[in-house]
Amino acid sequence: MQTVDGNKYRNILYRVFLYICLLLLTVVMLVPFAWMLSSSLKLNKDIFVFPIRWIPEPIRWQNYIDIWKRIPLLNFLVNTVKITVIVTAFQLLTSSFAAYAFAKREFDFKNQLFLAYIATIAVPWQVYMVPQYIFFRQLGLNDTHLALIILQAFSAFGVFMMRQFYASIPDSLCEAARVDGMNEYKIWAKIMLPLSKPALSTLTIFTFVSTWNDFLGPMIYLRTDTKKTVQLGLRMFISQYAAEYGLIMAASVVALIPVLIIFLSLQKYFVAGIAMSGVKG
Amino acid sequence: MKNKALSKRMRNNLLSYSFILPNFLGFLIFTLGPILFAFILAFMEWDGNHAMKFVGFENFIALVSNQRFLAALRNTVVYSLATVPCTLVVALGLAILLNQNIRGRAFFRTVSFFPYVASLVAVAAVWNMLFSPSKSGPVNMILYSLGWEAKSLPAWAASRDWVMFTLVLFSVWKNMGYYMVIYLAGLQGINSELYEAASLDGAGRMQKFRYITWPQLKPTTFFVTVILTINCFKVFDVVYMLAGGSNGILNTSAIVLVSHIYEESFGKWRLGYGSAVAMVLFLIVLVVTLIQFKGEKNYANS
Repeated sequence: MQTVDGNKYRNILYRVFLYICLLLLTVVMLVPFAWMLSSSLKLNKDIFVFPIRWIPEPIRWQNYIDIWKRIPLLNFLVNTVKITVIVTAFQLLTSSFAAYAFAKREFDFKNQLFLAYIATIAVPWQVYMVPQYIFFRQLGLNDTHLALIILQAFSAFGVFMMRQFYASIPDSLCEAARVDGMNEYKIWAKIMLPLSKPALSTLTIFTFVSTWNDFLGPMIYLRTDTKKTVQLGLRMFISQYAAEYGLIMAASVVALIPVLIIFLSLQKYFVAGIAMSGVKG
Repeated sequence: MKNKALSKRMRNNLLSYSFILPNFLGFLIFTLGPILFAFILAFMEWDGNHAMKFVGFENFIALVSNQRFLAALRNTVVYSLATVPCTLVVALGLAILLNQNIRGRAFFRTVSFFPYVASLVAVAAVWNMLFSPSKSGPVNMILYSLGWEAKSLPAWAASRDWVMFTLVLFSVWKNMGYYMVIYLAGLQGINSELYEAASLDGAGRMQKFRYITWPQLKPTTFFVTVILTINCFKVFDVVYMLAGGSNGILNTSAIVLVSHIYEESFGKWRLGYGSAVAMVLFLIVLVVTLIQFKGEKNYANS
């Protein structure tokens, strides 16, 4: 009887410990974001007041109005949306198209071609970013969005990921469709594509987040201010007006929101995607 | 008869290639091409405008005597050696915590994932404010009120002694959610009967972790270590934003390999030398990748 009580006691203690850990975790993870939001609604002189006042008094919405006038933030956002959407669309289309052949068809040099894809995944982009830039410059694509789009639209990772997913779809589905007289393009469009929604969602969110948050790429390619992306524009603003804390934080909040929305709505697929790559290893 | 079979095979090939072509063309021209070009460039002297000159191993010889390269290599290695184990431990702890039967589990998982998807520029801006080197920075204020001497308050990213610590701390915070998800998947793959059997034998929580969870997670830990190491060696943005000041120029206490490639190539237009540095980065990543291949084979066999 006593040991049962002891166990119960220990269990309660354990649960208390768990929730303390959780509380700590939430604080560590969220405090920077809370600080960002809170500071974005303050005057510069109130930001470093100690003890920290989490709810500003008064709430200064003006930062969110001024920021659009101080830097071409809307311009940056439009540029980023344009690049991100086109890259994601291209990535999904060409990757799933190529992956279909790699997963469901037999042809000469299939293994060699696929190996070329795998091998380049292992080469970090940072290793060849310089010659790639020179090449684009030679084509006259320096300081254009097109260069950034091409840069990210044909990733080997997308092909690899989609192929892995297609491989898990039974071949008999395609065979049956072939017997019914469907041609290969139709099989891809009518059977494979609808079935691969989870994989497409995973690829969408990965591409979207990495393109939206990309910094080094735009930094190398974009010179003209009006062509810059949100990340680059934000960084430019930070280095020019280092002391405008309230405005910097307001701009940061604006730059975060689109990714946050995409992440919260497609979270399931993001987690599934990471988990897949992990289990594979 | 033979001709007909051949043409059928050709038709089949062409049909397959038509699927691959849109992606492969872009891939070949814009990725594979530049990769091969990078290898050649490492043995050349070139400023991007004048004629290229073959110089053999000169670029690599120049590396060894360049103080900034040596600093970059040392910093990158130190950064990786610190970040990899810290992230690993925190991610595993987090995964175990969030694999428990607790209320609001989905919420906590989302929260711990937040920093990973958030824009680096934005969160780095917050960190620079929170870890402001002055006495009025919030973190320093807290340290001060906890009794830390005002004179010896850390200057974080602005100080030679603390910059690496700040970078590692930030990286662990930003990325642990990602690796937690991989660990969570690993944890969920462990057969629950193992735990039930251990409970019947009277094993406690620590024993279960030591004799079941940890050994069962070995392939996951291996995978996470490899991916983490590769990502650490590619580090650039974090260093640029936390330690780069307003112009992004790094001193020898914070410079990393990719920053060195960047400054030499786009700052001084020493493209050959920059590519030689890139080859060093490539070789390191290659070695790690080969270790992964070997390790994966081992785990597949056992």
